[in-house]
Amino acid sequence: MDQFVLNWIFIGASFALYIGIAIWARAGSTSEFYAAGRGVHPVLNGMATGADWMSAASFISMAGLIAFVGYDNSTFLMGWTGGYVLLALMLAPYLRKFGKFTVPEFIGDRFYSSTARLVAVICLIVASITYVIGQMTGVGVAFGRFLEVDNTTGLLIGAAVVFAYAVFGGMKGVTYTQVAQYVVLITAYTIPAIFISLQLTGNPIPALGLFGDTAGTGQPLLATLDQLVTDLGFAEYTTRNSDTLNMVLFTLSLMIGTAGLPHVIMRFFTVPTVADARWSAGWALVFIALLYLTAPAVGAMARFNITNQFWPDGPQGEAVSVETIETSPEYAWMQTWQKTGLLNWEDLNGDGKIQYYNDANADLQARAEESSWTGNELTKFDRDILVLANPEIANLPGWVVALVAAGGLAAALSTAAGLLLAISSAVSHDLMKGQLTPNMSEASELMSARIAMAVAIAVATYLGLNPPGFAAQTVALAFGIAAASIFPALMMGIFSKRVNNTGAVAGMLVGLIVTVVYIFLHKGWFFIPDTNSYTDAAPLFLGIKSTSFGAVGALLNFGTAILVSNATAAPPKEIQELVESVRIPRGAGAAAADH
Amino acid sequence: MSDKPENNAYWAANIRIVTWCLVIWAIVPFGFGILLEPIMPGLAFWVAQQGSILVFLAIIFFYAWRMNRLDREFGVDEQ
Repeated sequence: MDQFVLNWIFIGASFALYIGIAIWARAGSTSEFYAAGRGVHPVLNGMATGADWMSAASFISMAGLIAFVGYDNSTFLMGWTGGYVLLALMLAPYLRKFGKFTVPEFIGDRFYSSTARLVAVICLIVASITYVIGQMTGVGVAFGRFLEVDNTTGLLIGAAVVFAYAVFGGMKGVTYTQVAQYVVLITAYTIPAIFISLQLTGNPIPALGLFGDTAGTGQPLLATLDQLVTDLGFAEYTTRNSDTLNMVLFTLSLMIGTAGLPHVIMRFFTVPTVADARWSAGWALVFIALLYLTAPAVGAMARFNITNQFWPDGPQGEAVSVETIETSPEYAWMQTWQKTGLLNWEDLNGDGKIQYYNDANADLQARAEESSWTGNELTKFDRDILVLANPEIANLPGWVVALVAAGGLAAALSTAAGLLLAISSAVSHDLMKGQLTPNMSEASELMSARIAMAVAIAVATYLGLNPPGFAAQTVALAFGIAAASIFPALMMGIFSKRVNNTGAVAGMLVGLIVTVVYIFLHKGWFFIPDTNSYTDAAPLFLGIKSTSFGAVGALLNFGTAILVSNATAAPPKEIQELVESVRIPRGAGAAAADH
Repeated sequence: MSDKPENNAYWAANIRIVTWCLVIWAIVPFGFGILLEPIMPGLAFWVAQQGSILVFLAIIFFYAWRMNRLDREFGVDEQ
C-alpha cells in the first residue's frame, strides 16, 4: 500500500479515537473540568501524566540530541526523570491534600497574598505559552511531512482536534484522551526500536541491546560505535567532552524545572487520595521510563546506522557515491528529507562521493589532504528528523513509518492540551474568579474556562503559524522560570512555616528576574538577535551557560525568601495551621468534597 | 490539629525519610553519573543513560510504600 495512504489511515484512526473518548468523557462541573472529579486511578493518572509530560521534545528531539553528542547529552535523560523524585517527595502529596485546583491558588492561599497569586499566574502563563508554541510548530511540521499538506493546514487540523477534546472535556476529557495518546506514542516509539535492536544486536529489548554485542562481529555495540565515530574525527560517544559544572547545573535545572511545570503538577490534583498521589508519581515515572530507557538505544543505534550508510565499506574504505544515494532504495529517506530542507549534502570536491567526517579535527587533516577531501559533505542534518526518519533509515515496513507519525502527533497534542488546560484554569479560576469577579457562579466559571481555553488555542495556533523564531531558546526560558520561581515557592510553602508573604513574593521576583535577565543577556533581549552582551561560549558568571542558570535562580529564590522572611513578621496563626494540615494526609477527602 | 506532639513526631519522621531519599537521589546521577566519569567512564555512561532512571523509580516507590506505612503508624492515614 502507498506510504501516503498508510499515513492517513494511522493518523486518521488515532484522531477518531481521541475525539470518541472526548465525547464519552465530557465535563459537567468545574471539578470535572479542572481535576477530572478527582476520580482518576493512580495507574491511569500516571499514564496520562506520562503523555502530558512527554512532548514533541521527548519524542522527536531527545534521541537525536543524544545520537550526535553521546554521553554529554545524558543530562536530558537524568534531568527530565529526576524531577519526578522532587515532585513525589516534596510536592505531589501535599498539594493533593491542600485540595484545590491550581498552582497559583496554593501560592495565593499559603502566602495570604493576591500579589503572590498574580506573580504565580504570570509565571505559569509565560512558561506554558512558550512551551505550547513548540508543540504547535511540531504538529505543523509532522503534518506537513506525513500528510503532505502545507504547514498552515496541518496546524489548523491539529488545533481543531485539540479544541474538540480539551474545550468540551476539560481535565476529564484530556486525561482519558492522554491515556490513549500514551498507548499510541509508546507503541510508536518502541516498535521501530525493537526492529532496529534485533537487526543490530539480536536483542529484542533495545535498552539491553544498547549494552549488548553487535550481531555478526561479537564486539560490544558501544565499543564499535566509539571506534567508528573517532575514526571519522568525531568525539568519543561514551565519554565526557563538556565541562562538569555546566553538566551538573543543567541537569539540576531540568530536574527543578520539571517539578515546577504547572501542567505536570496539576495532574496530581486529579487522584482520589494523598496515598494515590504518591503512587501516581511513581507510575508516571514508570511510563516515562519505558520511553526514556529506550531513547539512548534509539540514539546510539541511529548514529551507528547513519554512519555506516555513509561509509558502507567502513570508515577506512570509500565513502558512499552520489549515484547510490540518488538511485538505491536504501537511501530513499535522504531524498524524502532533503525536500523538507532539514537534510542536505553536497559533493564539495567533485569526486562523486559524499564524505561525512569532522572537518574541524586536526588529526583528520592528513587523510583529508591525501584523499583530496575539502570538508564535510553532509552539510545539514537537523537533529529533530532523527526519530521520524529512523524507521526509513533502517528500511522498516511502511506501517511502522505511519505509526511513528501518529506517535509524534500524539506526543505533541497531549502536551499541548495539558498546557492549554493549565493556562485556561489560571485565567478563569485564578484571574477571573480569584481576583476580578469573585461571585461568579459555577456555570459561568465553567463557561469562562472554556472561553479562556478557546482563546489560548487561538493564540497558540497564531504563534505556531508565525513562530517568533526562537522556539528552541524559549524552552530554556520556560524551564528557567519554572525552576527559579514556581518550584521554590511551592516547596517553602510546605516545608517552612516561617516563610511569609513578603519573603515569598521577594523570592519569586528575584529568582524570576535574575534568571530571565541572565537568559536575555546571553540570547538577546526578548530573543532579538544581536542584542546580547554575552554568549554561551563565554558566559558572564563563573562560566555558567544561560541554559544551566535555572538552578542558580532557584537558589537565589530560596535565599532571598528566607532572609526577607526572617527580617519580617511570622505568618499569622491560621496560615501556620494551614501548613500543619497540608502535612497530614488525614482529611484529604473532606477537602475535595468542598467542590 | 496544630502543634499536636504526635503530628510533630510524624513530620520529623517524614523529614528523615525524605532526606535519606534525596541524598541517594543526588549521589547517583551527580556523583556516579557525572563527577566520577573520569575514574569509571563505563559505569558513568550506564548510570547517566539508564541507571539513574531505575534508581529514581526505586526511590519513589520506596517512599510511597514507606510513607503509607508511616501514616498508619501515626494514625494519620486517610482511612
